[in-house]
Amino acid sequence: MSEPVLEVTDLVTTFPTDASLAQRAEGERRPAAGRAAVVDGVSLSIAPGEVLALVGESGCGKSVTALSILRLVPKPGRIESGRVLLAGRDVRALPISEMRAVRGAVAAMIFQEPMTSLNPVQTVGVQVVEAIRLHERMSAAAARARCVELFERVGIPDADARFDSFPHQLSGGLKQRVMIAMALSMQPKLLIADEPTTALDVTIQAQILALLREVRDRFGMAILLISHNLGVVNELADRIAVMYAGQVAEEGTREELLAHPRHPYTQRLLASIPSRHRPGEPLAEIPGVVPAPGEWPAGCRFTTRCHRAFEPCATVVPRATPISDTHRAYCHAVALEEERA
Amino acid sequence: MSSEVLLRVEGLRTWFPIRKGLFRRTVGHVRAVDGVDLEIRRGETLALVGESGCGKTTVGRSLLRLVEPTAGKIWFDGVDVARLSRAALRPYRRAIQIVFQDPLASLDPRMRVRDAIAEGMETFAIGASDRERTERVAALLERVQLDPRAMWRYPHEFSGGQRQRICIARALAVEPRLIVCDEATSALDVSIQAQILNLLQRLQEELGLTYLFIAHDLGVVRYLADRVSVMYVGQIVEEAETERIFGDPRHPYTRALLAAVPSIDSARRGAQVRLAGDVPSPSAPPPGCRFHTRCPEVFDRCPVEEPASYPVAGGVSRCFLSDPRGRRGVAASPARS
Repeated sequence: MSEPVLEVTDLVTTFPTDASLAQRAEGERRPAAGRAAVVDGVSLSIAPGEVLALVGESGCGKSVTALSILRLVPKPGRIESGRVLLAGRDVRALPISEMRAVRGAVAAMIFQEPMTSLNPVQTVGVQVVEAIRLHERMSAAAARARCVELFERVGIPDADARFDSFPHQLSGGLKQRVMIAMALSMQPKLLIADEPTTALDVTIQAQILALLREVRDRFGMAILLISHNLGVVNELADRIAVMYAGQVAEEGTREELLAHPRHPYTQRLLASIPSRHRPGEPLAEIPGVVPAPGEWPAGCRFTTRCHRAFEPCATVVPRATPISDTHRAYCHAVALEEERA
Repeated sequence: MSSEVLLRVEGLRTWFPIRKGLFRRTVGHVRAVDGVDLEIRRGETLALVGESGCGKTTVGRSLLRLVEPTAGKIWFDGVDVARLSRAALRPYRRAIQIVFQDPLASLDPRMRVRDAIAEGMETFAIGASDRERTERVAALLERVQLDPRAMWRYPHEFSGGQRQRICIARALAVEPRLIVCDEATSALDVSIQAQILNLLQRLQEELGLTYLFIAHDLGVVRYLADRVSVMYVGQIVEEAETERIFGDPRHPYTRALLAAVPSIDSARRGAQVRLAGDVPSPSAPPPGCRFHTRCPEVFDRCPVEEPASYPVAGGVSRCFLSDPRGRRGVAASPARS
């Protein structure tokens, strides 16, 4: 296989804990030592044209992982260690000017809320043209023509007239299409899509998923899809990485993860989805809530909520247990099963 | 049969005026709810589903008269609630409670959990003393599986799922008969959603509650509801028992809605069917059938004539395909064709 588009190795991104922020607010002089690793040793890799889905519940670190890749982590968060290679270039070593060129041209990102990602007082056309001309010297007329072409390509009806629309005049689905058009403008190798359909209705979601699939097929663009919706993930992903409390818990092909999950967290996550149950049958629950960063158990982070936890789980960090060439799980119980098999 | 019905809504219409200009003249109306009929039986769960802007939330709020309906009747236990004065409405305010999507926004951040839950009891003079109400709060918290000591804490100290339990306890505090759940689990992670759905189901069994469950997540609806009403641009386009809706949908919109849901079954990938275009604006609904602009089965009758709710397979469907006189109708095709 060719060189990966994205290779993340042992990424650690930290934020100050609430307690340390409170200390500072109260004017204490003690150095705020309390930083929690919201992303703690994440490794990922995406091949050209591949769709990797990063799934997990709120606060598991999936969005911060995505932002770290583009060095967009909001302060006071910061990347502590690890390596991010985007098309072979070490993102953390790049000066900020070059990083700006990488964003958009090598990897572009779309977000859950197209409304808050667009400037409300400028027409959508002007905003896309701005993005195009930031990367490429081009006359205003040529940029406009390119923009209209992009709008047509992402299925915006009446593309020429829509160029002069303001964001509030467009529906949520159309705004997300504008964001995708903007992301495609430089034909990046990687599209990072952070919950791209979460704010959309289900019929519009189906349209956007079809568009993303087409973008991948036609341009061979790789996609890092971040989603909590396993239905959406099933529609689009080739491989899936499940995150829990800042770490990858299990990783495998779509088929392996959805049909043969091994990590107790993945298993329970799938079992808690209502559409897998007959009416009236109680849903599988995961007791409690995801612990806050900084309050994570010392061993396996899922220990406190796991129905299969046993003696080593609370104290020993589980290592990767390979299940196949593509499938691995970070779990003591799975390791034991594989040893016996 | 009719004695079983707890709530019946007939021809409910809730329009919001669009005002413009210096004198705030009314230039049009957003027809959020435009002729809705519903029937909920005691102890059952009716789900109201549809996409954003279809009017499902406005139906829920109109039932509680949190917004004033423009026209229509709301019979609760045999009394037309839509006509009652504010004072006469009080007992119904107690009998119908609502749980919203965002529990943090619906809890006063400066009020302890105990006071938030006891407030309704005070309003309706439930419990003889503060002490008795505190005891009731403790019992309610246990009922929703929270530690009773939680009553002395503030909403921000809880997780999203715990806050939704608090909102449910607050609704239960006044011993309602009907609870409107407006996207009550939509903001929660799936493992937490499972906890709340299990809780709602248990409470229904224990207390004989009736639910109007407003939701857009069809997986949740299929799991929880006895009957389903599907809304589109202010109207109900199909209504039937849950298994019929999911197993044999008759209205093209219901079919499209179900087909658009991405499946988590890895063998059933790519089975999604796409519906073109966007939902039309409720301030200018299309003439004729409101779905005709997006309908894959549209024919010449659809843009000119408005379909009625035709009885079909244990429910109703607002589509000419379900017209008992045939899809063209008797009146529409005299000698032609």
